[in-house]
Amino acid sequence: MAHHQLVIIGGGPAGLAAATTAANAGVECLLIDEQASPGGQVYRAITDIPPQRAKLLGPDYQYGRMLVEDFNASKAIHQPSTTVWSLDAQREIGILHNNQAALLRADRVIIATGAMERPVPFAGWTLPGVMTAGAGQILLKSAGIVPNNGVVVAGSGPLLLLLAWQYMHAGVTINAIVDLSPKRNFWTALPHLPRALLAYHYLIKGLKYQLELKKAGVPFYSGVADLCALGKESIEAVEFTHNGGRKRIETPLLMSHFGVIPDSHLSRSTGCHHYWSPSQLCWRATIDPWSNSSIEGIAVIGDSAGIGGAVAARHAGRLAGLESAHLLGCIGSKERDEKAHQDRRWLAEDLHVRPFLEALFRPAPNLLAEPENDTLICRCEEITAGTIRQAIEDGHRDPNQIKFLTRCGMGPCQGRQCDNAISQLVAHELGNDIEKNEGYRIRPPIRPLTIEQLADLHEAGEAK
Amino acid sequence: MKSEVIIIGGGLMGLSTAVHLGLRGVKATVLEKDSPGRHASGVNAGGLRQLNRHMDEIPLTIAAAEIWKNIRSLVDRDCDVEFNGQLRVAETQEELNTLQKRVGALQAKGYSHERIIDKDTLYRLVPQLIAGCVGALYNPDDGSARPFHATSAFRYKASALGAKIHSKVEVQSIDKITGGWQLNTNQGTYTAVNIVNCAGAWANKIACAFDESVPLTPKAPMLMVTERLPPFLKPVVGAVGHKLSFKQMQNGTVIIGGAHLAHLDMQQQKTEINFAKLKTSAQTVSTFFPHMANVRIVRAWAGIEAFMPDNIPVISASSKADGVFHAFGFSAHGFQLSPIVGRIISQLILDGQTELPIKPFDIRRFQSG
Repeated sequence: MAHHQLVIIGGGPAGLAAATTAANAGVECLLIDEQASPGGQVYRAITDIPPQRAKLLGPDYQYGRMLVEDFNASKAIHQPSTTVWSLDAQREIGILHNNQAALLRADRVIIATGAMERPVPFAGWTLPGVMTAGAGQILLKSAGIVPNNGVVVAGSGPLLLLLAWQYMHAGVTINAIVDLSPKRNFWTALPHLPRALLAYHYLIKGLKYQLELKKAGVPFYSGVADLCALGKESIEAVEFTHNGGRKRIETPLLMSHFGVIPDSHLSRSTGCHHYWSPSQLCWRATIDPWSNSSIEGIAVIGDSAGIGGAVAARHAGRLAGLESAHLLGCIGSKERDEKAHQDRRWLAEDLHVRPFLEALFRPAPNLLAEPENDTLICRCEEITAGTIRQAIEDGHRDPNQIKFLTRCGMGPCQGRQCDNAISQLVAHELGNDIEKNEGYRIRPPIRPLTIEQLADLHEAGEAK
Repeated sequence: MKSEVIIIGGGLMGLSTAVHLGLRGVKATVLEKDSPGRHASGVNAGGLRQLNRHMDEIPLTIAAAEIWKNIRSLVDRDCDVEFNGQLRVAETQEELNTLQKRVGALQAKGYSHERIIDKDTLYRLVPQLIAGCVGALYNPDDGSARPFHATSAFRYKASALGAKIHSKVEVQSIDKITGGWQLNTNQGTYTAVNIVNCAGAWANKIACAFDESVPLTPKAPMLMVTERLPPFLKPVVGAVGHKLSFKQMQNGTVIIGGAHLAHLDMQQQKTEINFAKLKTSAQTVSTFFPHMANVRIVRAWAGIEAFMPDNIPVISASSKADGVFHAFGFSAHGFQLSPIVGRIISQLILDGQTELPIKPFDIRRFQSG
């Protein structure tokens, strides 16, 4: 079996920084990434994007270029276009590249799988023409594709505004911006504002987007509730409650977004300990200050351990890179600590804004915990909230028992879409702590793998 | 809390015992350390197979099949049963001869539930099977059920008959008291006149409490399930020369087993898929069903099950302790037997005997001298 000192999974800012740092300290390391070129979601297609589109995406995006250049200059090996479908606690890694599956082993593994959009079931969310803002951004970044018949963007979170702003500059008609952050969020966020001002650049950016959009005359609805998408074959309109009345807006496209959560599928399938974060409303890996998980030799860094954004991810990546170099015998603890000093400070500073943002953009609790009975929770297996409530009523007291009984979460997405919602729904119905009920047990393969690919599984060389 | 009968283990065997006791007016208490059906009972492949069983199990499997045929009359729900047959493919004439011999031996004992089918019948039943197979052992009355649905059905029925089922109650030690037993658990103490040990992979711990340790090995056989496919297969397919269990479910997914084992950590109760071994299952499937090559595997998992050295279960009264009964060690083929095992144990408790031949499953077979 092929063996490496350090394998890093994910080529976003966290993974790139970790790989560069570790490799520069003398660690033999392999960075595995799903994408064809480094940069992750946030710096997607950074190396080959036309200058004009890069300008549209803003200066933050171009910063990624530097990260990639540093990575390319290091001795870290880059393995692009490769999926990781399994990782176990013995650090055996199942990968797929060019239709060839293989097993690798590593002394240390750093999980840097980044974030995913928070899936939020609402009435009509599975209609064609309803997509996530993140998907919209991928189309914009990698192919320059924008909607041409107008769009409604709805939800909450910084990306919503960013995408609307980018669309506006690309000449897209924005039929409305529908903000579902509860109005009271402003007041719960306020106490966090002074600390957030220490990272004022984030706030200024947000305000700038909002002002420019309003100035351009984009209709803006805030404090909205009960969003639903309506249509027969595909979406025709959105409806929502605003200022006490129902509002309807015709649109052929709805982009929804409710913030991002860690893509914790891999760390959970590996069995790393996770806890439920009430502020981020998601499962987070339990990690120490060096991002080491509960499993020996496995670290979880950046957004995959908890949403902190690209800058924080970069610092966490460097810290984990130094820790790996230390534990693999390349540098002493003194050198590690000295080199970590700056990053630790910057990381802390950068995270100042988080409590404010988390409170401001927190999705309405009832959105996730109290869906209507006929709302689909599991879109793969078409399981409604009503079916889940019935299963609870019948005595199935945690998400895994409900999964066994109803097949909720057993479809091709492996529960990625309904995991979060079911944890909150079950806890709400039982009136207990989410953590007590345990989330879905995630089973490999967590990325597509066919019978033939498994049959041809390559175990190159022999186990060391 | 005092109870006439305490059943340790909320899997199918324990719940079935609770149902049969309930039908005779005894309200049992079931103590389950996790949740009902959490381990082997809820996550197995759900095969209702009489085919190719150990000779000693045949009277039991036939009696169980009678119950499954009309499972609704026992537990009020159909457990998603389907009777589309099970077969065991022979790839060579030599393999077919072995099967033929088995059928002969069965007929000599008066059993007619297994029969040989020729090549044409085989390919009519399994049109996607790779060419070149010569025949099969077949039982048209076999089939499958959905294991967690079955477990839940037995659980609902047991509750409806007055059984108390407690989750997250783990028995830590057992003391003899006047007229019965005291069970010390993580949730306080329980007392009972009778104890039934249906603790599956954890059953030896209970047996040891009565000083009758058994050579039980916990193992975790792996299964995998594919994405949904258009219907192409009715019966469950096994093979003489390969470890294979291959079945298309009603929803189109295909469940693939082969008894290859996952890594198992009993301390943490954790299984990890051994992909180097699961590869063999994928190769077997590719060999028999080439059209499956590009089908996506959605999930692989393993349940923790008790295996005995002779691969047949322990179903018996304790050899050492009064009022104690055992039903465990089904070695990955207990699902089909569960309705009859519950009845047998209820008979042993209430009547002191059963009409079925259970001598081969006596716990004393492992005791020397």
